[in-house]
Order: sequence, then C-alpha cells, then structure tokens
Amino acid sequence: MPAFLFKRLLNAAGVMLAVAFLAFLIFRFVGDPVELMLNEQASQAQRDELRIRLGLDKGFVLQFATFVGNALHGDFGISYRNQQEVFTLISERFPATFELVLVATFLSLAVGIPLGVYTAIKRDSLMAKFLQFVSVLGVSLPSFALGILFILLFSVTLQWLPAFGRGQVVQIGWWSTGFLTPSGRLALILPGITLSLFQITLVMRLVRAEMLETMRTDFIRFARARGLTLRAVHFRHALRNCLMPVITVTGLQIGNLIAFALVTETVFQWPGMGLLFVQAVTFVDIPVMAAYLIVVSFIFVSLNTLVDLLYAYVDPRLREDAISGAANAR
Amino acid sequence: MKRAWMLAAIAAFALTGAAEAKTLKWGAAREIASLDPYSYGDTFTLSVLNHVYEGLVRYTGDLKIEPALAESWETVSPTVWRFKLRQGVKFHNGNPFTADDVVASLERVTNDASPLKGNLPAYKSSKKIDDYTVEIEVNGPYPLLLNDLTNIFIFNKAWLVANNSLLPTDSGKGVKGYATDNANGTGPFIVESRRADAKTVYVKNPNWWDKPQHNIDTIEFLPIASASTRVAALLSGEIDFTNVAPLQDLPRLSASPEVKVLQTNELRTVIFALNLKDTLFESDVKDKNPLKDIRVREALYRAIDIDAVQKRAMRGLSRNTGALIAPAIPGYEPSQDVRLPFDLDGAKKLLAAAGYPNGFSFQMNCQSDGLVNEEEFCQAVASMWSRAGLRPNLSLGPRSQQTPKRVKGEFDVISFGWANEPMIDAYSILIQVMRSKSGSGGVFNWGNWGDPRIDALIDKAGVELDNSKRIPMMMEALKIAKTEHLFIPLHQQPMAWAMRNTVAATVQASDNKPRLWLTTMK
Repeated sequence: MPAFLFKRLLNAAGVMLAVAFLAFLIFRFVGDPVELMLNEQASQAQRDELRIRLGLDKGFVLQFATFVGNALHGDFGISYRNQQEVFTLISERFPATFELVLVATFLSLAVGIPLGVYTAIKRDSLMAKFLQFVSVLGVSLPSFALGILFILLFSVTLQWLPAFGRGQVVQIGWWSTGFLTPSGRLALILPGITLSLFQITLVMRLVRAEMLETMRTDFIRFARARGLTLRAVHFRHALRNCLMPVITVTGLQIGNLIAFALVTETVFQWPGMGLLFVQAVTFVDIPVMAAYLIVVSFIFVSLNTLVDLLYAYVDPRLREDAISGAANAR
Repeated sequence: MKRAWMLAAIAAFALTGAAEAKTLKWGAAREIASLDPYSYGDTFTLSVLNHVYEGLVRYTGDLKIEPALAESWETVSPTVWRFKLRQGVKFHNGNPFTADDVVASLERVTNDASPLKGNLPAYKSSKKIDDYTVEIEVNGPYPLLLNDLTNIFIFNKAWLVANNSLLPTDSGKGVKGYATDNANGTGPFIVESRRADAKTVYVKNPNWWDKPQHNIDTIEFLPIASASTRVAALLSGEIDFTNVAPLQDLPRLSASPEVKVLQTNELRTVIFALNLKDTLFESDVKDKNPLKDIRVREALYRAIDIDAVQKRAMRGLSRNTGALIAPAIPGYEPSQDVRLPFDLDGAKKLLAAAGYPNGFSFQMNCQSDGLVNEEEFCQAVASMWSRAGLRPNLSLGPRSQQTPKRVKGEFDVISFGWANEPMIDAYSILIQVMRSKSGSGGVFNWGNWGDPRIDALIDKAGVELDNSKRIPMMMEALKIAKTEHLFIPLHQQPMAWAMRNTVAATVQASDNKPRLWLTTMK
C-alpha cells in the first residue's frame, strides 16, 4: 500500500506540474498586459518600465520557474490589475463558488435520484418517457441560455427572484455566506438550478441505468419472491445498491461543477472564482488566470486521487495492478 | 411561493419607505480596479472614483475646465504654475485639506512605480508656498497641465502616512496597498462598504465643500458583466441606472414605459490606420507597399459607403466623420469633417491609375471586443473593399490577442479608436499616434505613418502656452494628415445610458463619464 500511495501521489504531482506548465505556456501567448494596463497617455519609457517591473522581460523558463517556486508556497504573486495578492483574491471568491456548487450538488441528488428511480420503475409509463425526453433537453441546452431564460421569466416578467448577485451575505471569519440571510437564499435559487440542471439529468440517467441493472439481478428476484413490499424492494434493496456509483460520480463531478460555474457565474454576476477568472482574461491578468487554473486543477486532481486511494483501499486487486502497471490494461 | 411574495411585498415596502432616503443603484458593465485612483490607468475606474476623490480642477458637464480643490491659478514663469487652494475643505475623515496634501499626492502619482505616472507627463516637482498655495514646476513649457490635473486626485497626506501608503502600491517590491481597499477623499460621496465584484456602497458626504446639485443619499455600485443580465436587472427594477446599455437592446429598453434611454456619441473617433512601412505585412505584392501611394489610400477611402456602415453595422447610431477628432475636442474644425464621397467607380479608377487594376491582398486586423460593433463594421468595410477589387484578409480576434500584433506592426490595416482622454485635447492623438516615433512621442505610431511637417507642428504646439496660437497649429497638423489620407476616418462611436423613471435627470457628456453629483432622483 505505501508504494501504491507514493506512486499515486507522484502521479498527481506530475499532473499538477503539467497543468502549471500548460497554463503558463498558454498565457504567454494570450497577450500583453502592459498595453491593457496603461492608458492612452503613457509614454514608451513608462511602458518599458512597467514591463520590467512585472518581470515580463525575463525569459520564459525563468518566469515559469519563479512561478512554480512561489506557487509551492501558496504565493501566486500579485494581480497585475488590482495589485492585490492573487491568493487572497481567490480565497475571497471561493466561498461564493463553493456555496453555489453545494446547492447545485444538493439539488442534483434531491431531484435526480427520485426521478431516476421513478423512470426505472415505471419505465414504460408516458411520464417516464417524457422525463427521459426532457433530460436530453437538459443536457443539450447550454447553461448560459438557460440562465438568461430563467432571468427573463423569474426576474423580469414575474419579478420573484433577483437577476444577479449574491444578496446580503454574512461574514464568518474569512468565509462569507449567503445561507443565513433571506436575500442570500433567494439569490441562490436561479444560479443553483441553472448549474444543477446538467447534473440532475446525469444523476437521473445514472440512477435509472443502475436501477434497471440491479432490478434484473437474482437478488431482487429473491427479495420479491420472499414477498417483500415493492417499496422495500425498490428503495431498501435496489436503490441502496445503486448509490455507490452515484456518490462516486457526484464526488468527481464537484470539480466539474466548480469549472462549469464559470458560465453560470458570468450570467448571474455571481462573485465567485469563475467571474474572477473571466475578468482576469479580459485584462490579461496572467497571475490570476494561472492561479485559477491551478486551483481548479488541484481540486480535480485531489478528488481523483482520493477516489483512487479509497477504491484501492476497498479493493486490494487495484493496488497490485497499479504497481505492476496492469491497471491501464483492464 | 407565498414566501417569495411576502418578501417581494416587504421589499416593495422597504423601497417606498426609502423614498425619502434616495438610493441610486448603478449597474455598471465591470468592476473598478481598486479604490486607489493611482493603481490603474483606466478612465472608467477614475470616473467612478471621481465621486470620492477630487482633483485641483475638474470638467463641467460640458467638458470645460473649472476650479475644484484649487480656487485659482496663474503661471509664474512658462514652467511654473501657482495654484491657490480652496480653504475650509475637509477630507472624509475630518482632516483639513492643505498644500501638504497636494504635494504628497503629486509625489505619489509621479513616483516611478505609479501606473498613473503617464497621466502627468510634464511634472517635474512641486512645493508648498504656504498652507493654501502650491507651485508646480513642469519639464518645459506645457500647455495641458490643467487638463492633466483633472484626473489627478488628491489624497490626505496624514492618512497616507498613518497607513504606510505614501508610495503607490508596487507589485515588484511586494508593497501592498491600504488605499486599495480604503478611501479618504474630499468628494461628494464617501465609501461606506465594498465587496469587489458584488457591491460597493457610497453615501452622501454631508460636509462637501461644493453646493450639491444632486439629491442622492446612497449610491450602490453593482458591476454586472453580462449585458443581458444588466438589461434584465434594469427592466425588473433591480438597478436604476446603467452607463453601458447594449446597442442591440436599445429598442427593447425604450419600449418599456419605465425606462428611458440616453443616447449620444462618444469622444472616441474610429479610423482605419494603415501600414505605411516599405513593404506590406501579408500581401501578394511583395516588393513594395501600395498603401504608400496616396491614390491607393484615396481609393480605400472612396470605396467605403459610410451610410451603409452606419445603417448596417452601427444600427444607425454612430456619427459619420471626416475629421480625426470629435467636435468636443479642442483642435476640431468643421471644414475637416467633410468626407470624401462614396464613389466605387472612382476608387477602381484610382487603383488602376496607381497600377493595381486587379487590386492586391492585404491583412486587416480587427478586434472582437474592442470598439463598439467592431466586428460588424470591419466585416462591412472588408466586403466594400472587395467590391472595389481589393482582397482584404480579415483577421478577427480578442483584444488581448490582437494588441501584441498591432504593437509590433504586424498588420496592413487596423481599426483604431482614439478618445483623446483623459486630456480632452487634440494634442493627445497628435503626440501619441501621429508623431513619428521618438523619445516621448509616437507610442502608438505602429504603422510608421509619421510625416516631418506634422512632427514639426506637434513639437511647436507642445510648448506653446497661448491657446489662440496652439490650437491653429494642431488644426494645421490634422489637416495635413487629412489631405494625405494618412488615416481613413469612419465615425464617432455611439454610447448609450439607460435609467428607470426613478432617476429624474442626469448629465451625459461625450466623455462617457457618469457624474452622479449632477444627477437627481424623483
């Protein structure tokens, strides 16, 4: 197990380094922050000065090495645009994104699982077919279109829910939360639903497929034969057997949600990390862009590694294979 | 939903209850960079912070310079200006405003590490004569000091010292700024709270030295980046005012009985600038540059059907121009505003006469997120040039991608907008864009379009303090650029604000800066 653990962590570190390198390589060609930071009146000398001050005159390798070295200390430098520490900027925005992702995850489970069970049990009913159809729509409708539609309906026409922002937030230490105020909770509804819709359909289809599979097994047939109620068969036996993959997928999807939140945050002016990133792109704020990509990839890589380790812990065969290199072959 | 209704009712009640205390919710297209006006050379950030901080002088609603923190001024010598300061002015923290504050602020803004250094290019030094008199020395005779000072906001020295912020924030040295998140100005509004990207609240300064013409008690500044969300927020009453109303939504906004649209043209003049180096950047003509032939430039000009561009690409909202600067800019002359007529056959003849009867190919660099409807007007003009027999290759991309290519001169034609801000004087475009590249001039002369006659006039105008002599010099320089067709003018781009009927009146100047201290609410 220690060998496997070590190998897995080394893997993760390698991926992170590659991400950092790619991020840096891309931004190298994104543009010139100097031209966007100074205004019409600045002279050439001032432009050159700023370039040196930002370290843009140094070679690519040196810039990258400095960047990685600092990042290991949690120091992502200072934003070109507002001269604040990037790490502070991102950690200030993190609660907003996290709460949104939390709501979306909750919604996807609370709505997706019952719908999945329903469409599996009543697979031939008209309603189930309709739900299946709608779920295809849910997957294919881009979230920005959906968000704007929601805003038009619930904010402009009905005027029930706010079109943008987080409402009133309460500060608890460095964490700002919108859960504790009425306007904060109201503001969570539209972006939460927008972000979760894809997730809901994913969970629903996953539960449905797993349920159908499980329902065919002998163990369910025996349960039925024992004369258990349908309710008990469906929920206590079948569903329970389906939940493991659902939980795994949900966990892995959290990374995706954080990344997808970028679009939803832009539509709803949700002051999270995604919005910060979009604004950084507009201003070629390289430190912020690089840090965002690294933070998001870090979340991805950690979740994946954690899942792998847990699986390996549960199933010893996996770690033997991983060490002998056969894991990829299966 | 009962709950939501109740909340809506409570909110409505709160709104009517707040009718006495007037709150203006301002939905902007983006967040300001920071609360430190010296941290980022950006016109919009400065225009927002102008509600909190003030300069020695300021622009009126019709862009004339008037006294603000300085009461009067005189030139002691061609290079020394003396300012008499206004007495009895207090900063938001209660500290009195004196000459020390001016000197400390000028030193901070012109520090080598200050990104705003370029906004005060002629500054040499300043000194305190007495508590209410300051002398500013400039590098040489410089006629535009007052214009520059409109955007140099004054800090309180004692406050800067107490918060270790005498020097500007500096990423290189890791100096973090107290002023980035905190503010202490003399202006009509005080920063009450700030959450970046979400909400910044400004409250009325009851001790403002000037007589308030506004009746606003609170401004909530709400950046909303997505255009459709901003429009929705305005229609649903979540914001009262936006200084960026998307052109495509104007008909829809005007149709709403609760919303009023204010539309005019910006100072920013949009032109096509040309590559006038020895060879083209990307063309089938390899050995020379056809654009250096004035007949070719005239053909390009004549081939543009500007009315079609205005109608098709700009939704009828731009102002067609023949001049290189807008009417509000000193140096403008109506006679220069007359365009060459649209003449497709004439253009073809000119091309043939210049030796290109079958045209030639060249690269056109346009941005997808730069000027108003830039993609649309570039596409329209490219197709017009094709009709004249030319073969433009349109390269479209985001600003961040196109800018480096433009700076390096890797283009044959670029769309280019110049507002002459923050100076509001033709000298800005002359020295920065038209001047041949030299030590301080021609920073934006990316296509080598300089002309010695223009350079001479610019250099003379740059040290002429007498406006009655200086402005004709600038007009002369602009006239040469026009008759030579060094640039192909298109239009002043449109700008639109929108407000709900909660806002009674505001002042919309062509510099596109909201002045909420001149705004009243119902």
